Amino acid sequence: MIPNSFQYHRPDSVDAAVALLTQYGDEARPLAGGHSLIPMMKLRMADVQHLVDLQAIGSLKGIAVAGGTVTIGAMTTQHELINDAALAKAVPLIREASLQIADPQVRYAGTLGGNVANGDPGNDMPGLMQCLDAVYTLSGPDGAREVAARDFYEAAYFTAREDNELLVSVRFDAPKGGYAYEKQKRKIGDYATAAAAVLIEKSGGKCTSASIAMTNLADTPVWCAAASEALVGSSLDDAAIGAAVAAMKSAIDPQEDNRGPVEFKTHVAGVVLARAISRAASRA
Amino acid sequence: MGKMHIKLTVNGKEEELLAEPRELLIHVLREELGITGPHIGCETSHCGACTVDMNGKSVKSCTVFAAQANGAEITTIEGLGNPDGLHVLQEMFKEHHGLQCGFCTPGMITRAYRFLQENPDPTEEEVRFGMSGNLCRCTGYQNIVKAILAAAAEMNAAKEAAQ
Amino acid sequence: MNEMTPPKEERSAALKGLGCSRKRVEDARFTQGKGNYVDDIKMPGMLFGDFVRSPYAHARVKSINADKAKALPGVIAVLTAADLAPLNLHWMPTLAGDKQMVLADGKVLFQGQEVAFVVATDRYVAADAVELVEVEYEELPVIVDPFKALAKDATVLREDLEGNMEGAHGPRRHHNHIFTWEQGDKEATEKVLGSAEVVAEEMVFYHRTHPCPIETCGCVASMDKVNGKLTVWGTFQAPHAVRTVASLISGIAEHNIRIISPDIGGGFGNKVGVYPGYICAIVASIVTGVPVKWVEDRMENLMATAFARDYWMKGKIAATKDGRITGLWCHTTADHGAFDACADPSKFPAGFMNICTGSYDIPTAYLAVDGVYTNKAPGGVAYRCSFRVTEAAYFIERMIEVLAIELGMDAAELRAKNFIRKEQFPYQSALGWEYDSGDYHTAWDKALKAVGYEDLRKEQAQRIADFKAGKTRKLLGIGLTHFTEIVGAGPVKNCDILGLGMFDSCEIRIHPTGSAIARLGTISQGQGHATTFAQILASEIGIPADDITLEEGDTDTAPYGLGTYGSRSTPVAGAATAMAGRKIRAKAQMIAAYLLEVHDGDVEWEVDRFVVKGAPERFKTMKEIAFAAYNQAIPGIEPGLEAVSYYDPPNMTYPFGAYICVMEIDVDTGEHEIRQFYALDDCGTRINPMIIEGQVHGGATEGYAIAMGQEIAYDEIGNVKTGTLMDFFLPTAWETPHYITDHTVTPSPHHPIGAKGVGESPNVGSVPAFSNAVHDAFRAFGLRQAHMPHDHWRIWKIANDLGLHG
Repeated sequence: MIPNSFQYHRPDSVDAAVALLTQYGDEARPLAGGHSLIPMMKLRMADVQHLVDLQAIGSLKGIAVAGGTVTIGAMTTQHELINDAALAKAVPLIREASLQIADPQVRYAGTLGGNVANGDPGNDMPGLMQCLDAVYTLSGPDGAREVAARDFYEAAYFTAREDNELLVSVRFDAPKGGYAYEKQKRKIGDYATAAAAVLIEKSGGKCTSASIAMTNLADTPVWCAAASEALVGSSLDDAAIGAAVAAMKSAIDPQEDNRGPVEFKTHVAGVVLARAISRAASRA
Repeated sequence: MGKMHIKLTVNGKEEELLAEPRELLIHVLREELGITGPHIGCETSHCGACTVDMNGKSVKSCTVFAAQANGAEITTIEGLGNPDGLHVLQEMFKEHHGLQCGFCTPGMITRAYRFLQENPDPTEEEVRFGMSGNLCRCTGYQNIVKAILAAAAEMNAAKEAAQ
Repeated sequence: MNEMTPPKEERSAALKGLGCSRKRVEDARFTQGKGNYVDDIKMPGMLFGDFVRSPYAHARVKSINADKAKALPGVIAVLTAADLAPLNLHWMPTLAGDKQMVLADGKVLFQGQEVAFVVATDRYVAADAVELVEVEYEELPVIVDPFKALAKDATVLREDLEGNMEGAHGPRRHHNHIFTWEQGDKEATEKVLGSAEVVAEEMVFYHRTHPCPIETCGCVASMDKVNGKLTVWGTFQAPHAVRTVASLISGIAEHNIRIISPDIGGGFGNKVGVYPGYICAIVASIVTGVPVKWVEDRMENLMATAFARDYWMKGKIAATKDGRITGLWCHTTADHGAFDACADPSKFPAGFMNICTGSYDIPTAYLAVDGVYTNKAPGGVAYRCSFRVTEAAYFIERMIEVLAIELGMDAAELRAKNFIRKEQFPYQSALGWEYDSGDYHTAWDKALKAVGYEDLRKEQAQRIADFKAGKTRKLLGIGLTHFTEIVGAGPVKNCDILGLGMFDSCEIRIHPTGSAIARLGTISQGQGHATTFAQILASEIGIPADDITLEEGDTDTAPYGLGTYGSRSTPVAGAATAMAGRKIRAKAQMIAAYLLEVHDGDVEWEVDRFVVKGAPERFKTMKEIAFAAYNQAIPGIEPGLEAVSYYDPPNMTYPFGAYICVMEIDVDTGEHEIRQFYALDDCGTRINPMIIEGQVHGGATEGYAIAMGQEIAYDEIGNVKTGTLMDFFLPTAWETPHYITDHTVTPSPHHPIGAKGVGESPNVGSVPAFSNAVHDAFRAFGLRQAHMPHDHWRIWKIANDLGLHG
């Protein structure tokens, strides 16, 4: 498996990177950890003439937790997400989910920005970011703009990012209450058969707010407003969980693959969601 | 396309070479520098046979371009020990029969080296999770896990003795 | 006795001979990254070959245009079938008596088939050139189902065989049919079935999978035109056989061919066959006059080289009401893909499938196997198994479970009731084998006791009650297996590959200072031969194992042998080693007697020396004898101390074992957890317990993968769906269970040291243990048979079909 030739660029600033992306248009691709893109290039399924490596742009690194707001640079790796004490305290959901991505070597390389920007429905972070209601900051030739994670994904590998834009950071408010990331996969290193990210707040035994997002069950992550609403006001009993699962199932659109047929995936999606809700509720 | 000038520090030695940007790090090491310890097993970043230590992280060198590695500091199995002084992991893999065909072994030991730097006193479960980026087809992992736990114990004992 | 002489036991231990968990001598180089695998070989001027492969499973090749590829700087040549045809190398014989296209000759028959071979100055240029070769295809109807392949109006796959209804193994009854192989007594078996009190019937499918060693296949071919010598380094499990085949098909005299197997990164049967890549690299080296390397990538490995299994086994088993088995009937449909490229002994087109009566005393049996062509990759090889033993073991161990269900009987009890009894050995099976030795009841009782079988059944009963009461969603499965293998192929009278008898060999040279080198016709791929064969020798000739170098894999230096697969190394080459050692000892005895000035019969062997009978203070050590062999003129005895032995085994060996798997199953997700895995192996005399245990761990892990998720799957138009390690299941340390190993020792009566071989037992035995655990978990809910692999969705489907999802 040998990739095609390309020209390599290693800009040292966001502006320089954006300039390269602008200059080369759809012939260019930003390179973060590369563990999605490089295998595709080796299989010659991705044709890239200009590779814009972001590793030298220091401003894309880092995790800031301040005043209840979390800001994470796009080039922050999953390994760094797992090992950041402040983040683990503020948003333990991130650590719980990150540990379920790929394998140790890949987590040293794989970045939050790459995972959310690639648009691969198998990636875990997009659903997680929708669950957290994160906002992505994109830098382009005309400056920066923000797009909500819940508005970012259009179809598999199609996102709101323009070819000449760079996703530079992700921002969200540290959630309150309970959390859970439940993922079923065939083995370490696999994408999810089904995965659910859940946040729940409770007060006086009742659910006061909920957020639910599903991974690898459609060509984009699926944030399920109806499923979340089914929980709010309930005591998170079986009936409410059943209603949330039913609402989720009508929002997803899984496809058959080696992990199994649609019927199985739909069923498993319900199981992982119910488990995630229970676990999140127990932590709320 | 043209070749680019690449500088690497490999096992403490500075290396300079010309390579196409697309050349994979595993090929740079194996073909250009003659460092054949790391192997190619799957080519899609699943098996870990090509694992090397780059800038203090375990990486799968089949999924890193030469251009990306430019300027990096790399340690391979060849840099962990030598015939006159094996690394304790190398000793323990021998002692506990942690290898059979030997093809995955360099990547396995190189990964274990970094894992124990980060988690010097792991449980069996932590070893299995920490080594889950490396596939072995011969051993069923049981003796690999045993070897790594034994190496951790040895290294900790040596550390204590030194203090 | 000399005061300085340590006691016998101490001297014996110092040899590190039989029974010693000696550390491996191979490990120093492997742990330091100094192994020498085929892709590590680099030669001046070496070129790289890469294949253009078919994207279609069945298509006519209308044209191949390599002009653009040839124009790419660095491309030296592009070979097609048209280039190979004048050399008559566009087709090659398979080890199964069929023939296989080296490069597409007019059509392609499976996805990934080799169409053209690009030779370039480096692998990057070669890969670029592959993209530039333009091939025009005309798609043809695709057959991936072996039963559909035999339909009257099915498309003809092998046009080269049209009109030729006499195959390598008898008549072909259909244009997509390869052979029919029958064993046992059909009429008698049908009679037993017709009058039996109970008959259980089931279709048992062992799916297509792949050995997938962590190193793929490859070679470096180097034609030295000056000396007329061809050297090929490659991933060969049988280097001598490759030399002979290469000579026969290339016309190069055999003495001018040197085949070298360097270190091999696992084989498991994948590296027995001869592949188009080897032929093309050799031709390319002959054409260019420089060395040519070909190494397949992982996708090519999974798509094109040597799959395993793909057996549809229809079974009927007859018994009395109280569970005494009276007859077994099996009809197997064997899917070989586009070419029959299995690597079985030639008189056994379905390998040793006729071991399918297993560990049981079944008086009457009949087996028929029909081989069939489909549009899938050619094979199928023995994936860590002795020629279809694993299919046979899976078949009988499933049939036993199905019979237990039919009888309403405990499956452990049913097995014990029907085991061949200890006193029945040597045992003649109804399908023609003579089992050498066994003690199944002892092993079985030990295994049941070790896992606490009765308590497990009680726990399971409680679990079922809890499940039915809605208290749990997890079921408990207890997977039982008692397997009997047949390994060590084999006696030359009935075992050959391409006419080469399946003996093996060992040659020993003792050096003047008392150390030694031994060379064998086998080749280790991780089994640790350099460690264990030296141990056999140490015990035979009294030279410490640490003082014996062991060499394999170079046909210029090693004696002729048939290689390593089918657990044959210890039973055959191990025996040759012991026998060669005994020849050394016989000569040493004469030398010792001469030196001690007594008759030959007056000295006796003691650990590492010959001692004068009745005078223990008078002796000569092997070290002293060795020196004398080189420095003294001994009347009537040639100088030197060397021996060679070619060993033709009188029988196969029959290792056996009892494996038990305890598995938790999540009914709602189809996930599982292995709570316990117990493996008791009886491989006869144990040479190195540490290595045996390692073999069991590794083989059981392969079995775990096969049973629980690993498959080569095709869609209906012949696309491979499992071409990378994302989808082809190789478990990591995280998923892999922990194993408890145990043993009994029932030596082989005919093997010089009583050893039977163990490498493949854990694959053979663990697959039914894992699969039976899945079945057992659902037995109370009415499950009889569900095909492997038992991945999440298929287990979920079992539960769903049984109505367990409410």
